[in-house]
Amino acid sequence: MYLVVSIAILVTMILALVRALRGPTVYDRVLAVNMFGTKTVLLLAVIAFLFGRPDFLDLALAYALINLVGVLAVLEFIQNKPRKAETSNID
Amino acid sequence: MIETVVDILSWFLLCTGGIFVLIGGIGTLRLPDFYTRLHAASLTETMATILILVGMILQAGLTLATIKLLTIMAFLLLTAPTASYALANAALQSGNSPNAQQRDDQT
Amino acid sequence: MIIVFALFLLTLLVITALAIVQTTNLFVAVMLTSIFSLLMASNFFILDAADVALTEAAVGAGITTVIFLAALMLTTEHEKPHLSRRKLNTVVITILASLIIYATFDKPRLGDPDAPVHQHLAPWYLEKTPEYMDFPNVVTAILGSFRGYDTLGEVFVVFAACIGVLFILGVKPPEGSTYNPYRSGLKHHLIPQVVGRLLIPFLVLFGLYVQFHGEYSPGGGFQAGALIASAIILYALLEGEAAALRAVPRSVLLGLVIGGATLYGGVGVVCILMGGNFLEYTVLLDNPVAAQQTGIILIEAGVGMAVCGALLSIFHAFAARPMRV
Repeated sequence: MYLVVSIAILVTMILALVRALRGPTVYDRVLAVNMFGTKTVLLLAVIAFLFGRPDFLDLALAYALINLVGVLAVLEFIQNKPRKAETSNID
Repeated sequence: MIETVVDILSWFLLCTGGIFVLIGGIGTLRLPDFYTRLHAASLTETMATILILVGMILQAGLTLATIKLLTIMAFLLLTAPTASYALANAALQSGNSPNAQQRDDQT
Repeated sequence: MIIVFALFLLTLLVITALAIVQTTNLFVAVMLTSIFSLLMASNFFILDAADVALTEAAVGAGITTVIFLAALMLTTEHEKPHLSRRKLNTVVITILASLIIYATFDKPRLGDPDAPVHQHLAPWYLEKTPEYMDFPNVVTAILGSFRGYDTLGEVFVVFAACIGVLFILGVKPPEGSTYNPYRSGLKHHLIPQVVGRLLIPFLVLFGLYVQFHGEYSPGGGFQAGALIASAIILYALLEGEAAALRAVPRSVLLGLVIGGATLYGGVGVVCILMGGNFLEYTVLLDNPVAAQQTGIILIEAGVGMAVCGALLSIFHAFAARPMRV
């Protein structure tokens, strides 16, 4: 059952990665990265149980704490850097 | 008896959580503009988190793992909506207005 | 099943890496780098390398993004196109890549029990760690004691990196545009402010836990230093750079970097003075097991101090420069 959940999370990671690659705005990319971060927390927690290593949950905890730092840095960057609203696509 | 009930309940929660994660992922990819996509993404960050982690807590029972999972849940439920808010706020202030008619993803 | 998971994540990793190379927008590259780091951490985790994964978590997700963005504030957002010698580059890279791939054919399979590393070294470490140190985390034992020289080298690399950044960016900025992007912080954003402030003490607490519980669970000085540094960077993002410098001034940061490196080297010298070899902790106390543990705790503290001070100094060096508009 953990396997099913982890596959669902992995598929969602692909979808988020596609969104990060396609953009089109910077905010979409930041959104995808943020989503990727929370999905990583969930994936690590689920895999810790799947492989029977619940003592490795510390890692998921570290990510849960640290993700916000990156997002706030991006927010501060976006606010300060004058920009053209849209960025180019990369595919 | 109790164990079977707890097992079934936790499997149910885990499955529903997986489905929510998938729906949110598809929504993030398919929905037409940034704000709707934000809505889909934040669905996976709150509802799916609660379902999956509670499902795992039921499996773990009263152990150290449960406390860690509860802590992870508390921090995720604090930080993920904050990040979503910060993002929506930044997008709004930069003049990206939420408009259902405007579709920026026709690729 | 582990192989399938790892292959899947590695495929995503390759896609992300190609996209990072492909894009000319540096902001997009930074965002993709942060995805790259998340994927890398999951990969380490699946391969049971929890200590490395924790390092990647502490450094990759938070601090590299912050420092990359702080660097991006000082430059333009788009990479300049350079088309010269494209063909030559491609040829060189193709040859090198095929050589490396050819070399991997001789490598033992992943997890092969007949691989040389599983014949001599790893069993010895696994056998001797309970005997010499009497704690469960073999990685900490290897890093702190068995291969203490390597870790000493790493600490001095971190030290040198910090000094290098301070030499280049520490000079007085040119007069003129002195708009400092990190001056005000996010004071006018109420919700991130409240939540972020709530998070800071927990980050520091978790950092201390990782530092002092490193003998028993994944973690150690490096991860702890990075976690505590990210807590203070979070404070700087919320309250402005000046407030963070008031809380932890530059002199303290330099003291941490120098003190950490000196503490590590000093433990080694004390070992010599007490009649052992450099970094041979057994001579520190009468009981050799307790002496090993004391030595490892001391040098882990040194690593933590040096890493925390170095990361914060680098962040402040970037954040103090005026932004290029």
